[in-house]
Amino acid sequence: MSYIRKPVARHPSLRANALGLTLRDYEGAMSTMCAGCGHDSITAAIVRAFHETDTPPYMVAKLSGIGCSSKTPTYFLSGAHGFNSAHGRMPAIATGAAAANRALTLIGVSGDGDSLSIGIGQMSHAIRRNVNMLYVLENNGVYGLTKGQFSASADPGSKSKRGEPNTQQSIDPVLLALSLGATFVARSFSGDKDQLVPILKAGLAHRGFALVDVVSPCVTFNDHDGSTKSYLYTREHQQAAIEMSFVPHREEIVAQYAPGTTREVAMHDGSLVRFSKVPDGYDPTDRRMVMDWLLEHQRSGAIPTGLLFLDPDANPEMHAASKTPEMPLTDMPYDKLCPGSAALDALQRGYR
Amino acid sequence: MRPTDVKDPDYFHKVVDCQYACPAHTNVPEYIRLIAQGRYTDAYLLNRQSNVFPGILGRTCDRPCEPACRRTRVDEKPVAICRLKRVAADLRDDVTDLLPTAPAKKNGKRVACIGAGPASLVVANDLMPLGYEVTIFEKLSVPGGLMRSNIPAFRLPEEVLNEEIDMILRMGVDIRYDSPVKSLKSLLDGGAFDAVFVGSGAPRGKELKIPGREEAAANIHIGIDWLESVAFGHTDKIGERVLIIGVGNTAMDCCRTSARLGGKSIKVMARKPRQFFKASPWELEDAEEENVEIVVDHEPTAFVVENGRLTGVRFQRYESTIDAKGKLSQKPLDEVFFPADDVILAIGQENAFPWIERDIGIEFDKWDVPVLDATTFESTRKGVFFGGDAAMGPKNIIWAAEHGHQAAISIHNHCEGIPLHERPAPGMNLVSAKMGLHEWSYKNDYNPVGRQKMTHVDLAERLREFGREVEVGFTPEQVAREVERCLNCDVQTVFTDRLCIECDACVDVCPVLCLTITSNGEEEDLRGRLSAPAENLDQALFVSGPLPQTRRVMIKDEDLCVHCGLCAERCPTAAWDMQKFDLLLSYAGRKTCTKAA
Repeated sequence: MSYIRKPVARHPSLRANALGLTLRDYEGAMSTMCAGCGHDSITAAIVRAFHETDTPPYMVAKLSGIGCSSKTPTYFLSGAHGFNSAHGRMPAIATGAAAANRALTLIGVSGDGDSLSIGIGQMSHAIRRNVNMLYVLENNGVYGLTKGQFSASADPGSKSKRGEPNTQQSIDPVLLALSLGATFVARSFSGDKDQLVPILKAGLAHRGFALVDVVSPCVTFNDHDGSTKSYLYTREHQQAAIEMSFVPHREEIVAQYAPGTTREVAMHDGSLVRFSKVPDGYDPTDRRMVMDWLLEHQRSGAIPTGLLFLDPDANPEMHAASKTPEMPLTDMPYDKLCPGSAALDALQRGYR
Repeated sequence: MRPTDVKDPDYFHKVVDCQYACPAHTNVPEYIRLIAQGRYTDAYLLNRQSNVFPGILGRTCDRPCEPACRRTRVDEKPVAICRLKRVAADLRDDVTDLLPTAPAKKNGKRVACIGAGPASLVVANDLMPLGYEVTIFEKLSVPGGLMRSNIPAFRLPEEVLNEEIDMILRMGVDIRYDSPVKSLKSLLDGGAFDAVFVGSGAPRGKELKIPGREEAAANIHIGIDWLESVAFGHTDKIGERVLIIGVGNTAMDCCRTSARLGGKSIKVMARKPRQFFKASPWELEDAEEENVEIVVDHEPTAFVVENGRLTGVRFQRYESTIDAKGKLSQKPLDEVFFPADDVILAIGQENAFPWIERDIGIEFDKWDVPVLDATTFESTRKGVFFGGDAAMGPKNIIWAAEHGHQAAISIHNHCEGIPLHERPAPGMNLVSAKMGLHEWSYKNDYNPVGRQKMTHVDLAERLREFGREVEVGFTPEQVAREVERCLNCDVQTVFTDRLCIECDACVDVCPVLCLTITSNGEEEDLRGRLSAPAENLDQALFVSGPLPQTRRVMIKDEDLCVHCGLCAERCPTAAWDMQKFDLLLSYAGRKTCTKAA
């Protein structure tokens, strides 16, 4: 933990985005993570994603639960709203925030403990409801805050820092999300911003629940030989099989690709996700195929990364399913939002 | 790119922009830290080691360090390095007992220095402690050379000058006043000296040969001669309307001196636009503060004389245009007349050696400048050395000091029978600044405070009393703020590639986007694909060896690093460390030595 603030000195060539803000304007407080924590890299990628998508910080809500990962929203977008909820309960808060103000851009940051142990039910239902949010799961396979016990995502056979092997099965958030009907499922690595930043940008553009599982090595408790979530192991086993780029809707599409080499998926906001490299026969919009392919490839110990599955139309987003009005509920006049007991009586009479 | 060789002291030296730009390589960040700690005496002595005249230079230095200061690249203005030097000189304790002394037993070698200016004084300063008997021949009755005769007392008080010169002379230098050397041949033929050092300066002001020069001679003055005449009390007044021709630092001293001797309407006439001026910007500002008018794009064509008396000067007016490359082109306009009672010529100085015979083995080039070895300062005659303005034309005091140091090494080698080019290379010490988990032996917290403005004595008061020093020096509050502006560039970021796990923590935290982990390439290619483009080609790229996990390399663009140490604080494996760099320079008879030894 550093005792000083990050110097205000800036690089003179820092680019201002459409809002006139530079990268530095999307930063938050100084990190208190251990030095070298993967989470800090993800924070830096989030800062870049928000800057590059010209997102006004005041239109963002940062949501988190408990754990190392859940501390990190403090370290980006100090101009955004934020809510640090009880352990594992962030998806409920996010659902409420999304319901109340659909104009907000929601980012939830969680960890493997917060999401896959205490909060697995919460996360599952947020996926099921297709809450419109970017959900970043900072996955390091250990409980860092309580000194390195195996978490629910620790691979069987991987070793703790003291050398004991994990004997229990792991929960794979990617397969879990696919089975729950998620519409946007990605996996990445904190040490690979070239891949992570476009995924985060696409996740922000996605209307619905966007899960990004990020392998984020715990430099203190899970970066040793025998770990399957260390920097070295992830680098050796990461298989960036699926490559994509994110094309914001206002950008002119200039490049032309030979048919068959790329695959474009249109997002609801008009932007495009362009898959430039996928394995033979891989269809990122075919849920069953993707699940089969992942089961097949993960068996060999590979860590496939990329935007693995995307189908913006697979399930309606929460507001669409609930047929709520376009106007955010927070903007609605009170008498319209709460029409009074007479209206309630009338409604109830209708059910009798 | 090949991995950077950080074992070469030059790499880290170059990172310390101020020290690198200083001809004498004064350890600026270290003395600023000493001032911050209130250790003024130590700061003074550290300065004295390299620049010998901290009190004098703290008021008059040309400050090549300040335009080089890294702070100008991340903030607007450089650290007030020069005026902090003055703080050390002003607030120090008595240093008498801490100064070098000459041994009672001499080494039997005798050295003659010609001229008692800064270069000769530094030669004496370096050689006296080694047992040399140094004799200085001075044509005037006081020492100091141009430091005394050409720098007005309102910029450099006489006590400061006397005290620092006396620190050298009191080692027992045999100084002979009113003793101009009239013939170098007879001095050499006398055989009394083992080596001769010529530090006689560039004493001749340039002439302006245009019509009317002779007729108006009584009211046309050569800048440096006129300043000398004022310094020694021979001149104490000037006409009300004064024109200064030329716009170097001597011109600034001339116009400001005129303002104190009765000048009411003083104009400095420049041939070119402002960005081509030789005068330091701060000297221009000080002159303008004293209501001196600076007129650009005017070239003198004739002195106008009526009834045998100067009435003014005619000028050719120009229109200047500067192209994208900064090249100046001037189109003549009309001729204009400026009335004047007196004109001072300050258009440069030249060497003049009428007292050096041309048949004694000392060669001169076509500009009448002695032919010298650029490293040893030896002339074409063995045992005769030159330094200061006498060596390579007019420069400044800090260059003279450095020439003196180098000439002293040469003289020592010459007397010891060591080849002159066998000069000890500079060495370095590199010591970790780590004091705790995230604590360092320097203050790494960036302070955005702005440059402190020097307070000047009230205008009326300073013009009333000639010797009144204009700058009052920094207040303690200003010192406290100004020292905080130094970025401690000597505390270096030192990288150990085999320890790096490529977690990106350093890259992510760097406030000025200095760092990049990427695949190696040629420099031009690399400079374009870093976290931020590295466009300042004067600043080096550090390139590591291949990193263990991916064989990529760590690149650091030195340009904007604020030495906050966050890369080292956020590094989990201590692959980055902040290490204090000490450049070890050698002086005559004192080889570089590591402190551990």
